[in-house]
Amino acid sequence: MPDRSEMHRKMRGRNFAVLAVLVSLVILIAVATYVKLGGGF
Amino acid sequence: MLNSQTITEGNVKNPSLENIAEVQDFWVLLKPRVMSLSIFSALVGLILAPGEIHPVLGFTAILLTALGAGSAGALNMWFEGDIDARMERTKTRPIPMGRLTPGAVLGFGLTLGIAAVSLMGLLINLFTASLLAFTILFYVVVYTMWLKSRTTQNIVIGGVSGALPPLIGWAAVTGSLSLEPMLLFAIIFSWTPAHFWALAILCKDDYNKANLPMLPNVAGLEKTYIQILIYTGLTVAVSFTPYILGFSGAFYGVIAIGFGLFFIWKAVELYLKKEEKNARSLFFTSIFYLFAIFSGLALDRLLFGGVG
Repeated sequence: MPDRSEMHRKMRGRNFAVLAVLVSLVILIAVATYVKLGGGF
Repeated sequence: MLNSQTITEGNVKNPSLENIAEVQDFWVLLKPRVMSLSIFSALVGLILAPGEIHPVLGFTAILLTALGAGSAGALNMWFEGDIDARMERTKTRPIPMGRLTPGAVLGFGLTLGIAAVSLMGLLINLFTASLLAFTILFYVVVYTMWLKSRTTQNIVIGGVSGALPPLIGWAAVTGSLSLEPMLLFAIIFSWTPAHFWALAILCKDDYNKANLPMLPNVAGLEKTYIQILIYTGLTVAVSFTPYILGFSGAFYGVIAIGFGLFFIWKAVELYLKKEEKNARSLFFTSIFYLFAIFSGLALDRLLFGGVG
């Protein structure tokens, strides 16, 4: 039988990593859209 | 495509610790080493292109190129699940290991590819997006599905997709193409056969097991050594063209000659000694060579403005 807590730990880590990547992408796309529409820094 | 013996209902529906997919598995699907060449060569195309691009958009274009390359890698692994299972080099990939189902890999690859191309069109320009779409489709459909299992020229023609990223970087800035980015394309295109045939010599038994018609398996080692020698010479000759045509300066010219001679020497050494260690040495030299040539082009432009 697999170790349930180890399995949950792995799944939590996976979810967190995926969320971090998605949030970074959304921020990048938002900033790129802002620049594309003529906004400056 | 994956056959039902590789993956069973049991190991998907009742996951154990060994076959739960992790972030690492999705990372492997992107073929990070292949992706790094795409990122690097697209970046050099972007640096060499005349005109300016906002750094945020430049970074976005490179990232989307990387995602596009990753989607091509994932779709390649989706299609080749059963071939990967038969080869030592690839049998630990997520599908043969039963950690990801072919359907999940297909979904991941398609989502990534469609997102990368769409965002490239919306945020950069439509021409660059079509180049990216063409690159992905060429790698997946023409190379993976059509040529790879049918002809020894698979990696020669398939090299088109690996050679396109510098054009994507260039087009992100200019919205068009010209002779100079075509030379970058020609360098990578002519470089690909020597690089992959050196690897194919090392993995000869693996390719036999997978029944893939790589040149060393079909034509024999002697003919492969000669072909490698010819393509290496061609690559080095093509690498001189940016200098000869005035697109780059003396700094690049010296790098192209120096590293070109070293690359040719390694190919000659393989032809003369015919040992596996020489094939391995040529394989790594080819990676080092391409990195040096493209770095030389970029540095020449950044440091000296590309005039000799």
